[in-house]
Amino acid sequence: MNKFTEDDLREELKTKEYEYGFYTDIESDTFPVGLNEDVVRAISKKKEEPEWMTEWRLEAFRIWREMEEPEWANVKYEKPDFQNISYYSAPNKKPKYESLDEVDPELLDTFKKLGISLDEQKKLAGVAVDVVMDSVSVTTTFKKTLAEKGIIFCSMSEAIQDHPELVRKYIGTVVPKKDNFYAALNSAVFSDGSFCYIPKGVRCPMELSTYFRINQAGTGQFERTLVVADKGSYVSYLEGCTAPQRDENQLHAAVVELIALDDAEIKYSTVQNWYPGNAEGKGGVFNFVTKRGLCETNSKISWTQVETGSAVTWKYPSCVLKGDNSIGEFYSVAVTNNHQQADTGTKMIHLGKNTKSTIISKGISAGQSQNSYRGLVQISKRAENARNFSECDSLLMGNECGAHTFPYIETKNKSAQVEHEATTSKIGEDQIFYCNQRGIDTEKAIALIVNGFSKEVLNKLPMEFAVEAQKLLEISLEGSVG
Amino acid sequence: MDLKEKLISSFYAYEDHLQVTNQVHDVKVQAIKDFETLGFPKKKEEAWKYTSLNKLLKQDYNLFAQVEDALDYKEVKKYFIHEIDTYTIVFVDGVYASQLSSTTHDKIDACLMSSAMEKDKYAHLLEKYFNKIAPKSGLNALNTAFARQGAFINIPKNTVADKPIQIINFSTGKENNLMIQPRNLIVVGENAQVEIIERHQSLSENPVFTNSVTEIFVEKRGMLDFYKIQNDTHQASLIDNTFIEQMADTHCSVHTFSLGGALTRNNLEFYQKGEHSNSTLKGVTLIEGKQHVDHNTLVHHTQPNCESHQDYKGIYDEKSVGVFNGKVLVDKIAQKINAYQSNNNILAHDDATINSKPQLEIFADDVACSHGCTIGQLDEEALFYLKSRGIPAKEARALLTYAFANNVLESVKIGAIKKRINKLIANKLNVNLGFDL
Repeated sequence: MNKFTEDDLREELKTKEYEYGFYTDIESDTFPVGLNEDVVRAISKKKEEPEWMTEWRLEAFRIWREMEEPEWANVKYEKPDFQNISYYSAPNKKPKYESLDEVDPELLDTFKKLGISLDEQKKLAGVAVDVVMDSVSVTTTFKKTLAEKGIIFCSMSEAIQDHPELVRKYIGTVVPKKDNFYAALNSAVFSDGSFCYIPKGVRCPMELSTYFRINQAGTGQFERTLVVADKGSYVSYLEGCTAPQRDENQLHAAVVELIALDDAEIKYSTVQNWYPGNAEGKGGVFNFVTKRGLCETNSKISWTQVETGSAVTWKYPSCVLKGDNSIGEFYSVAVTNNHQQADTGTKMIHLGKNTKSTIISKGISAGQSQNSYRGLVQISKRAENARNFSECDSLLMGNECGAHTFPYIETKNKSAQVEHEATTSKIGEDQIFYCNQRGIDTEKAIALIVNGFSKEVLNKLPMEFAVEAQKLLEISLEGSVG
Repeated sequence: MDLKEKLISSFYAYEDHLQVTNQVHDVKVQAIKDFETLGFPKKKEEAWKYTSLNKLLKQDYNLFAQVEDALDYKEVKKYFIHEIDTYTIVFVDGVYASQLSSTTHDKIDACLMSSAMEKDKYAHLLEKYFNKIAPKSGLNALNTAFARQGAFINIPKNTVADKPIQIINFSTGKENNLMIQPRNLIVVGENAQVEIIERHQSLSENPVFTNSVTEIFVEKRGMLDFYKIQNDTHQASLIDNTFIEQMADTHCSVHTFSLGGALTRNNLEFYQKGEHSNSTLKGVTLIEGKQHVDHNTLVHHTQPNCESHQDYKGIYDEKSVGVFNGKVLVDKIAQKINAYQSNNNILAHDDATINSKPQLEIFADDVACSHGCTIGQLDEEALFYLKSRGIPAKEARALLTYAFANNVLESVKIGAIKKRINKLIANKLNVNLGFDL
């Protein structure tokens, strides 16, 4: 085993309380806690939104008020008090730290292990970024290339100002306001998010990533993402990052909508590593996300996710395969350790003819965590020759964790072919023995086996991301066995 | 007055006239109270997501059959597995039909629930077993409250039942819309062994609603094989609740053949309470028209080193609806479990629907649990192959359907049942293959 202080770090990560002291100085334009119509109006006004947007938010709020918090998920947590949250806080303009030296060394260590460059480290930790630094120049050239192609990639607030016709046309079409409790809440109070539009026939030359945008700090809590790929276009979009995100917001309720028009393709990759709470399961982020994509004729949407963080995850990236010959894919690795709980999966709604979907879900549970896969495959009556293949495998480490599978398969068409298989097992002692015998110590052997187990999914991630994600898996599972 | 209110008020009107021991009476009064609070299952409940009882509950039912109808054995012979010698316990409209039955108290008890409830001799058995594993649900509570008649089977220690036991419930429907609630209790002692065949059969075109509860206890090293034949008319609905508790080193299997009925719901739950126990759940569903079959299974592994196998095959034609909702629950201490769950379905018509939900909930790490679920069609190439060899399309389809269901039939231990099921399937598919498979 390499000698750098992984054990120490693990101990520290386990025992150390999360430090909330990042900032104490509450800026004057943070709203008082509570939610009512006035707050929604005020958020909208603050962002100088047009009238229709304000109305849209208000309608969502009225719907939300009537709704009840869902309880069907296989997770247990103390429900957040929605009247005890501040729904607007201006982006934090003041950097948190002046230099990297002030940043929590533990965080930096993790960065180092993940192989994140120094500049990115600074950005992620909230260190003041010098204008001449690399990331900025990258961003500038990056923006230029995109503009040349006619690609719009900006924050949601900017999009509402600059491209209201596009936003108005597409927002809420895939995830309607009344879709579910958290989607309604998000629709009413969303702070910001990303907007991306790829024009007809354009192949986006680079991976778009929320990671690169520098004007976007501190908008995480109620994020709203809208990606529209016009006919024949292609885009690969990355969200989140492998670095541990230390956010003081307990509740995250994001909405992501993808729209792939005819012949378009969207690849959406997520790596989520929010603060999972300490080893006793205290604290941690609740991640309640609604993600859904709409596929028109011959289009394709592919979701890839690596979930390692959050105390409670509740997330089902879905595809509505509306157009004929459209394809939906879902690749997921969900790792839970300590007291984490994850209830995640996907929905594949086959409406068009010859639609295809693939689901590969890998769940790894360690410690006292609970990991559930919940998926729906629905073949509607008119979906001739629909095809689905689902595979969900669970790996259990230690005898205090749980793995659960809840697949729903609903078929109304006789030409459908649906296959589902799931397995649950632990890492075989013979596999570990084989590695040991060849001089690989147990911890490395487990990392190796876990990587092999998740490979099908990791392979789907863009390259740099995949390398980081692999390391992330190792770190997340450190100390879980033996 | 809706059905629930009617049930509750008639309970209080009739209960006092029944002769049961005080202890059974107390259980029943508690049960009706539970039913009052729990009511019938609603579609909002996860376990009833795909099956609605609304249509069933809207109708008015006669709760107590007035007359005992004398059925002629010749008329109903075909519903018996008459090819082999068996003990039979027959009920007509929920009332015991002595002329059709052959019960016994010799070595084993295969008799009536009502007589067991009244006699002190069985009081200790009832105290130990009656209403002990049926989970608290509206339907179970309702059945407990109205439990009047049913089969009582007690296989004492170290005894092998010399013949299989048939339990048959006929409904004549002479009175309109009948609701019957059979209640069976089966106790298999240590090292004991028994085979049981159960059938519900409606003889009229009037709607019948059966809410049956069977509790089965299998003590150490006991063996139980249970066969359920469900081939009822399109007006008869059945909710079958079967709960099995297995102690160490037991083998239990339940085969369910769902070949007909307006609405059939099988709640089949296995609780493994001892090490090295083995549970097998198998089923063939072959329905058409507007029939609805729902298999809701649970295997709860609470002890280490156990096994469970589930294999459900379904073929759905026309507007029929199939539901499979299987659950395997593995407790933390139940290490070294081997659990397998498989659900294969064929949709034979565009209007047919299948909803499948095979679930695993696992809290132990050293386990091998897997499930598989498929939905598809008969292989066109295989059909072509058979047709090219001169087998007509209909027969070719039937052959492939047989082959598809054969996995389940293979483990049936009583030859006569295998033959009977094959015949029923052949009748349904309207073919004569000229040989027994």
